[in-house]
Amino acid sequence: MALITFTSKGIYCKQGDFYIDPWKPVKLAVTTHGHADHVKWGNDVYLCHELTKPVLLHRLGADLKIQTLRYGEEITINGVKLSLHPAGHVIGSAQIRLEYKGEIAVVSGDYKVADDGISTAFEPVKCHTFVSESTFGLPIYKWQPQEVIFQQIRDWATQNQAQQKTSVLVAYSLGKAQRLIHGLSGNEPIYVHQSIANLNDAFVAAGVKLPQTVRITTDIRKEELQQGIVIVPPALADGRWIKNLQQAATGVCSGWMQVRASRRWRSADAGFALSDHADWPGLLSAISATSAEKVFVTHGFTATFSKYLNEIGIPAEEVKTQYGQEEDDAPLTDQVPEYTEETKEHTD
Amino acid sequence: MKRFAALIAQLELSNKTNDKIAALVSYFEEADAQDKPYVIAMFTGKRPKRPVSTALVRAWATELSAIPPWLFAESYHSVGDLSETIALILPPPSQLVERPLHQWIKDLAQLNGKDDASKKDFILKAWDSLNTQERFIFNKLISGNFRIGVSNKMLVNALARQSHTESSKIMHSIMGRWDPALISYEELVEGTHVNTDSSWPYPFCLAYALDSQPETLGDTSVWQAEWKWDGIRGQIVKRNGELFIWSRGEELVTDQFPELHFLNDLLEDGTVLDGEILSIKDGKVQAFSILQQRLNRKTINKSQLNDAPIGFYTYDLLEHLGKDLRQQPLKQRRKLLEQVISNLHGQQTVILSPVIDFDSWEVLASLRLGSRDINSEGIMLKKLDSMYHSGRKRGDWWKWKINPYTVDTVMIYAQKGSGRRASFFTDYTFAVRDGDKLITIAKAYSGLTDKEIKEVDGFVKKNAIEKFGPVRTVKPELVFEIAFEGIAESKRHKAGLALRFPRIVRWRKDKKADEINTLEDLRQLLEATL
Repeated sequence: MALITFTSKGIYCKQGDFYIDPWKPVKLAVTTHGHADHVKWGNDVYLCHELTKPVLLHRLGADLKIQTLRYGEEITINGVKLSLHPAGHVIGSAQIRLEYKGEIAVVSGDYKVADDGISTAFEPVKCHTFVSESTFGLPIYKWQPQEVIFQQIRDWATQNQAQQKTSVLVAYSLGKAQRLIHGLSGNEPIYVHQSIANLNDAFVAAGVKLPQTVRITTDIRKEELQQGIVIVPPALADGRWIKNLQQAATGVCSGWMQVRASRRWRSADAGFALSDHADWPGLLSAISATSAEKVFVTHGFTATFSKYLNEIGIPAEEVKTQYGQEEDDAPLTDQVPEYTEETKEHTD
Repeated sequence: MKRFAALIAQLELSNKTNDKIAALVSYFEEADAQDKPYVIAMFTGKRPKRPVSTALVRAWATELSAIPPWLFAESYHSVGDLSETIALILPPPSQLVERPLHQWIKDLAQLNGKDDASKKDFILKAWDSLNTQERFIFNKLISGNFRIGVSNKMLVNALARQSHTESSKIMHSIMGRWDPALISYEELVEGTHVNTDSSWPYPFCLAYALDSQPETLGDTSVWQAEWKWDGIRGQIVKRNGELFIWSRGEELVTDQFPELHFLNDLLEDGTVLDGEILSIKDGKVQAFSILQQRLNRKTINKSQLNDAPIGFYTYDLLEHLGKDLRQQPLKQRRKLLEQVISNLHGQQTVILSPVIDFDSWEVLASLRLGSRDINSEGIMLKKLDSMYHSGRKRGDWWKWKINPYTVDTVMIYAQKGSGRRASFFTDYTFAVRDGDKLITIAKAYSGLTDKEIKEVDGFVKKNAIEKFGPVRTVKPELVFEIAFEGIAESKRHKAGLALRFPRIVRWRKDKKADEINTLEDLRQLLEATL
């Protein structure tokens, strides 16, 4: 009996009777991280890392029942041993390790291998079964070290300042925004949209150290913004808000910006290939470090990536999920499109 | 190479013409003197002989990146550009080397005639010494095909601004014969290899689309009506014994249309004609699809000259005996034009575009319905007392086009968009019925609203039958009305024909898949236009 199965509600552990990142309400939702495609409203109890708790409270409401764990801390649910391990994706993101009668499965959620200095660095976990994302599962996606990208952003901001333009960076409020704030420290002042400021406040209250930022309010004059860097979530990227700034240059921070067609499509003034997902070499190294005998490939280039894994001798299978409609794509407020088909159950 | 790589990056980042021109100007201020003529040659499509085949370059890149060919193909499909795919997929360079652009181009040219092993050696070494953006450019240099959204016009404007020279002179100069290895940037801008004093054109007078009923234009007697021809707007300039043909993009296209060169003998010096370059056979205007065979070709073969002979329908005279007529009323210009054309005895290539006789808007409206029978796309309305404006001005000239063709089709394939829409199916392929089969007829990006896109996206996700990489075959159920401007024979498409400018007009939720048009309907339409 497999330790995890893929059901119409999400990833299910039958032995423990709980779900991981379910997209329909269940009794116990083990949550990898707080992005909208991985955590939904309406579960009885949430189990997550202690730094994901402030995100859930902030996004889903204060009356949630949340149980938290630290990385490496182990609990047992109906005989299944469960622990969380750093996924390196965003602050508080976790891989979920399950162990039952010597059988080990790891559900990684979203992850990146490179240490961004603010989300606890990814930690490979040995297992028999590994569930991996494949958002950037094509060999054209190879990230530059983040310092190189941050330098590009700094140079770009300097150039904008010389032309009396406000530098506006478009970044998802959970994850990319904190990473930018951290990586660009030294380039203060950094102005953040209130959706980002609110989340930052929640993190700070939970004990996370973040560099100082300025919350954008109506009191701040547009000319003042020109002196620094402005970070806004994608929902505002094409909107009036940016147009209202006298002179603004927008830079989109996303892994998709690696490809010229995407840069043009976004019609931003600049694109920076800064991603919180693993690139091609990252995915391969992470998978090989698990020594997994079986890999389930979720959201992304699932077909291509699983075909390649099989060819290099790692048994892999693609799985349909509802993940992958998040930070690089839809704005926060956007509803995930309805998805009514029954997801195939995997029972091997 | 670094400076050029920076230019390309800048050109790609902005979609505003002004930004692009500014980037070009600053490039031509700063760049290596020897690089500049090569860049101009590249941007104007002067291509050196390709030193290495695409197949070889692709095979070496696949080998070097140690991935299976199918995975290379998937990556290529996702990126959409071979040079870029290779640049991204190769392992990182072991060292970075800076060499000037013209040196790379010369070295590549020297590969011609060498054996594959030495070609491979050179290219692999180059890849290993360049960063991603430079590799992309290097690969484009191999292909010689550098299309990055810089039109001749834009380039000319930048050069004109940088060198403080009249832009038409520069256009003439760069369209002339020159070799980037032998000419300097200054010589090129000066136009020392051509005589740029004769060629300059006038800015075209353009019409707005008529967006209300023609009755609103008032009395018919102050209007001149002509057919609106579906060809290439052109200006023919004859001065100082030389003939020049300018297209609407203010590009010099003289060489493309040898049929019109006889005008150099017959027109008087100081004559400028405005009109439409068309394909005319046996006195009949042919469809745009036929003219298309003649456009943007470096060489023209006999069968092209035979199948798509060129003619010119002229409707305005801008200069006569060296005198600028643009301030004179249309009525007078037309009179002079009729004289000029009647002096061109015994030829049927340059034709006076007829004036349509009408005494009421109803009569004109019914004549307009017959536009397609003569391969016209509607009617032009010009005020008889109007002067020849520079560019677009509301009120004096109107185009009253007939409605586009439409066809009802069913969606059979869908593909995801890229970037922000990577999770939505936004690119669709449509089919018509052929017996009991469906045959693809057009691909169109969404002309739908965001709400409709989401709805179609949901349908695709629920009704995907097969998967080919990023493409999904879907249940043929959704009917879309597709509009298009023309139809042409095509050997490349399974249907044997191709639509011009297809786009989605509306989602026909009221129609079922068995109510769509047939391939036979389209074949008949094609026959009717030929």
